[in-house]
Amino acid sequence: MAAPHSITRPEVEDFLYFEAELLDDWRLEEWLTLFTDDAHYYVPSTDLAADASPDNSLFYIADDRFRLESRVTRLLKRTAHSEFPRSKTRHLISNVRIRERLADGLIVGTAFITYRSKDNVTDVFIGSTRYHLVTEGEGLKIAEKRCVLDLDGLRPQGRISILL
Amino acid sequence: MSEQLDLREAIRVDSRRNLFKVSRRNFVEPDILRLEGKQIFDRCWLYLGHTSEIGEPGDFVTRVVAGRPIIFTRDNDGELHALFNTCPHRGAQVCRERQGNSKAFQCFYHGWTFAQNGALRGQPGKESYADGFNNDGGGNMVHVPRFEIYRDFAFVCFDAGAASLRDYLADAREYLDLVADQSEVAMTIVGGTQEYSIRANWKLLTENSIDGYHAATTHATYLDYLKESTGSLAKVPINGIGKDLGNGHAVVEYSAPWGRPVAQWIPLWGEEGKREVDAIHQRLIERFGKERADRIAYRNRNLLIFPNLVINDVMAITVRTYYPTAPDLMQVNAWAIAPVEESEWARKFRLHNFLEFLGPGGFATPDDVEALEHCQRGFQNVKEAQWNDISKGMGRETPSFDDEVQMRAFWSHWNEQMLAPAEA
Repeated sequence: MAAPHSITRPEVEDFLYFEAELLDDWRLEEWLTLFTDDAHYYVPSTDLAADASPDNSLFYIADDRFRLESRVTRLLKRTAHSEFPRSKTRHLISNVRIRERLADGLIVGTAFITYRSKDNVTDVFIGSTRYHLVTEGEGLKIAEKRCVLDLDGLRPQGRISILL
Repeated sequence: MSEQLDLREAIRVDSRRNLFKVSRRNFVEPDILRLEGKQIFDRCWLYLGHTSEIGEPGDFVTRVVAGRPIIFTRDNDGELHALFNTCPHRGAQVCRERQGNSKAFQCFYHGWTFAQNGALRGQPGKESYADGFNNDGGGNMVHVPRFEIYRDFAFVCFDAGAASLRDYLADAREYLDLVADQSEVAMTIVGGTQEYSIRANWKLLTENSIDGYHAATTHATYLDYLKESTGSLAKVPINGIGKDLGNGHAVVEYSAPWGRPVAQWIPLWGEEGKREVDAIHQRLIERFGKERADRIAYRNRNLLIFPNLVINDVMAITVRTYYPTAPDLMQVNAWAIAPVEESEWARKFRLHNFLEFLGPGGFATPDDVEALEHCQRGFQNVKEAQWNDISKGMGRETPSFDDEVQMRAFWSHWNEQMLAPAEA
């Protein structure tokens, strides 16, 4: 993998498509390996500014690395009732742009549509994701993933029991 | 009354055998939902918002309460108002923003303007109207018939003849006090609203919010998570009582091992956290004496204010209200509330705690949603499998937190309200 200043958009896209594939295949432990040891995963509430902080505002999800691992551990159990039997998902990613090049990596913006089907109901999650990607060893890793929903609330989705 | 349904079989109580059954028709029939509109939502005190949400003169928020779009606003004199969000001219919603601050409201349709208290201020082409057009106030925005506040919790009631909010709250007041007393200044709603829907009847969430019985199975993964996270548990058993508070209100009050920002320390919060939580506890003792301080600090409370306000004072505090839009669909709004003066450290841990359990992305609420939606699916068998059972703990002198006295309190009152004579 090249240094941050020479990473191309197709390289970023390959990485993000791979991430989506792992999620849709429920290979969640492998998915975790895409994250740095100090990674964060955020989904702000839909009435907050996109750059709000979970330290002083109520989010839907604000995971540090430990809680992200716990989320995966939970989702792989039969007793994670909201995902048992597991839903079928399809993560579609588009509008990928490298927005900023940093000393250690990149800020990447994407648009996403994620479909979730379970019990004969299909829900759609629409939004944008801001990734902070860093180069680590031979590849990219996710230091931060912030999914901002283009919704007025989780209606009718009701829950974010899958990983966006 | 022709619209009155035959509700004799809505609940079945057998006090001799200590059995309490609830008909599943109550969760599925459109006629029952319509009657709930008249008998419950048109008559009960309903939660509008917390005064901290409109802290400054000119602040407003808009929200829907029992199907009515309402503006909750503070005028420049500091007085609070609840206005129906509809133009007295031709009906358009006057305010289309979620929240903001404004000296006046203007309807964009024909340009009528209104003061912060809803009084008509201007009409384009005013000269075309007769003199004294607004002498009877017919050009002003309409105020909600009843609007009262208890300890900064603001409620509305669409029944002008209803008893006062204070009387309505009955013994639930004591439990609102236990929340409000956690601040020496004021409690405040933290920014960010969790808004979601559940494909289930609204009363399922009422039951679930005060149900101590389902935790061990429904929330097995949350309890696993606590056990697996180093330092997340205080050495405290889950133990407590359930209580009928009158007027359909109910509570479970119990000890539990999770950390509470006010004020049960867990090792994960470290020595700095211990100093802070100890100081909070000490202040409570100074203000209220040890017994009440310990109750505030160490007990958890899941409180239902009939019919649809839940305040859960647990690993964080959530305020949650919800409305049916169909027999099998409800809309939920949930907030976090906290002492306005708490430190950045405490606020951070409070919100961290909140998200661990609560809300559509937490480790517990999604499983509640799953349970409620699958109850609703199960109710499709209503014709042949008609009864829910909520008999647990019936006949016990002191019902446990994992008994079902809370649901019985709700359903008994619900049944009375549904059977109450309609207004002449």
